[in-house]
Amino acid sequence: MTEMSGADMVVQALVDLGVDTVFGYPGGAVLPIYDALYKHPTIKHILVRHEQAATHAAEGYARSTGKPGVVLVTSGPGATNAVTGITDALLDSIPMVVLTGQVPTTLIGTDAFQECDTVGITRHCTKHNYLVMDPDRLGPIMHEAFHIATHGRPGPVVIDIPKNVQVATGTYSVPAFIQHNSYRPQVEPDAAAIAAAVEMIAAAERPVFYTGGGVINAGPDASVSLRQLVALTGAPITSTLMGLGAFPSDDDKWLGMLGMHGTYEANMAMNRADLIIAVGARFDDRVTGRLDAFAPEAKKIHIDIDRSSINKIVPVDLAVIGDAGRALDAIIAGWQAAGHKARDLGEWWRRVDGWRATRCLDFPEKKEPDADIMPQRAVRALFDATRGCDPIITTEVGQHQMWAAQHFGFSDPNRWLTSGGLGTMGYGFPAAVGAQIANPDRLVICIAGEASLQMNIQEMGTVAQYRLPVKIFILNNEWMGMVRQWQELTYESRYSNSYSDSLPDFVKLADAYGWTGLRIDTLGELEAGIRTMIDTPGPVIVDCRVAKLANCFPMIPSGAAHTDMILQPNDIVGTMDDEAKALV
Amino acid sequence: MKITTETGERHVLAITVDNEAGVLAKITGLFTARGYNIESLTVADISSDHALSRITIVTNGPPPVIDQIIAQLDRLVPVHSVTDLTDQGAHVEREIALVKVAGTGDKRIEALRMADVFRAKVVDTTLTSFIFEITGNSDKVDRFIALMRECGLVEVGRTGVVAIARGSEAL
Repeated sequence: MTEMSGADMVVQALVDLGVDTVFGYPGGAVLPIYDALYKHPTIKHILVRHEQAATHAAEGYARSTGKPGVVLVTSGPGATNAVTGITDALLDSIPMVVLTGQVPTTLIGTDAFQECDTVGITRHCTKHNYLVMDPDRLGPIMHEAFHIATHGRPGPVVIDIPKNVQVATGTYSVPAFIQHNSYRPQVEPDAAAIAAAVEMIAAAERPVFYTGGGVINAGPDASVSLRQLVALTGAPITSTLMGLGAFPSDDDKWLGMLGMHGTYEANMAMNRADLIIAVGARFDDRVTGRLDAFAPEAKKIHIDIDRSSINKIVPVDLAVIGDAGRALDAIIAGWQAAGHKARDLGEWWRRVDGWRATRCLDFPEKKEPDADIMPQRAVRALFDATRGCDPIITTEVGQHQMWAAQHFGFSDPNRWLTSGGLGTMGYGFPAAVGAQIANPDRLVICIAGEASLQMNIQEMGTVAQYRLPVKIFILNNEWMGMVRQWQELTYESRYSNSYSDSLPDFVKLADAYGWTGLRIDTLGELEAGIRTMIDTPGPVIVDCRVAKLANCFPMIPSGAAHTDMILQPNDIVGTMDDEAKALV
Repeated sequence: MKITTETGERHVLAITVDNEAGVLAKITGLFTARGYNIESLTVADISSDHALSRITIVTNGPPPVIDQIIAQLDRLVPVHSVTDLTDQGAHVEREIALVKVAGTGDKRIEALRMADVFRAKVVDTTLTSFIFEITGNSDKVDRFIALMRECGLVEVGRTGVVAIARGSEAL
């Protein structure tokens, strides 16, 4: 219980909560907090170039460490610029606390300079938000906000702090034990549900695990448990985009990612399974495809910490509400206690192997040294070159993201940072900045498209300022490739505004920011170029020119079932009916 | 292509929430953001220390949507409890309407007569008007207002539904 200014309380609370890094951008309404942070001995402030990047950097920090990301921005445009990253964190369940400055309480509601209704604007893109009107409340609110951001299903929390509340003095207090009076997520799964799950798994003839970002959010131990349960049951496993890394991609039980750009074997296994064990995944539309044809033969077990995810899109037979890791541990314990042995799934695996034989991720390419680089080849070469380096990979959004998900293999959680739910172009580069700050000695690579990268390219300055060795690997095809691909599929190749015109010279741009710039034009230059990127200290941008018109396959077209995958480019029709066109 | 919507059933939800700024916006915003219906909404502080409010929402949707509404409400941080009174069974619903009727002669007499049948109270009168106060379930209020339309109805104010489960148990 000490008397201090609101700004000092904010900083004291950050210290007490173990925060070491804040991503932010100063402005009039947060000057008192910035002053309190001035030359702070333990809290490092990373000055970004745009507030959106601060939020994505905080996401990258959070996703790569499991700790909450912290953002500090000013009122008005500072807060509105942060909204995209806050929404991204909400959809991908990333723990984040965003501190926004606000005009003094005496001016709230007067359309004051740089005033916006931050709590109003962020009400539905946060897990929770606060407007602090009294400095005495700052201590408890800061601690409660971190509790809410990190407990249950993680998410972003905004604390809006008027400038006079930062300047006024009050009593800083820390709640001894946070038990929110209404927010108490169920973490421990119900024993009866676990017992039922064990029996359903033991009885299944064609089981498949379908796992998601919830396994990553449950911490690295949950990934260990997942591997153990998969080994015990002998069942195949697929994962969503957000769940990549929870299960090693070189394991023979691994089917690859499922969904719109998932593998044929993963989608067919989902379609023909008699039991789907969903762990920390939410039956997103990108995963299910046409709902009335989704997994018609399967009973479904849904393990999720968020009750509202259950039966939201797909009705399930058994709901297990709780932390993914604890649920997996409980199922393992139940399985062993019951003395279950893995069933003979030989017939099921023979069918899976039949689907695998389509080799759906193969792609046509020329092998001559002067040939165009296929983007899939570029990702595979990057994967091969970084084996053993345990890199952290971030992506922007689009074709390159899907190619990275398909062709880059992950063995451990927290190495794959991508914008899944919101699909935010401009996410990957700042996320790489955040990941690099949190992991200064690791190799951090942003696999980017030339269009997405430009949405937050100003962060090259941040990287230069903090001498971060971030690598950007651009799959440059001079198109907003995914938009063009959809126009090809749906609008008879009328390429409305999808060409990346007037691109900068990325090598010169690198030079302008004090980075190293490289350009790779042909297949013959690919491996050496990637090697140079890895071996060059400091930040490197690689402009890897790839085959311009390559498309991302396999693909479940909009409104189609898992069984209706397009495997090869020549399967494209070029038109679609209105029902399919109306789907995202 | 035509856009179709599913038909639903009416449910009365009782929600207790922290009585703090922004809670109502959070709840109504959830309904608009996720495309749920609100037929009526009432809210008032119900605890002696003014810490809790009770919100009664009448909504409409197919059973899976009602289930989602409850789950979505329940995960909001300031929400303490969500109870589906319709699902729970026997409960009492009431709303109040103030109904202003203007006119003279036979219509005025007829209005007064019908108000008596509906046990509506006269809470204000002039030589050319009445204000009736009527309490009941929504159907009764609807029927009274429909009859008053024939007798010179000029204005209606309704509270929306409040509801509580029968029996000795609390939420």
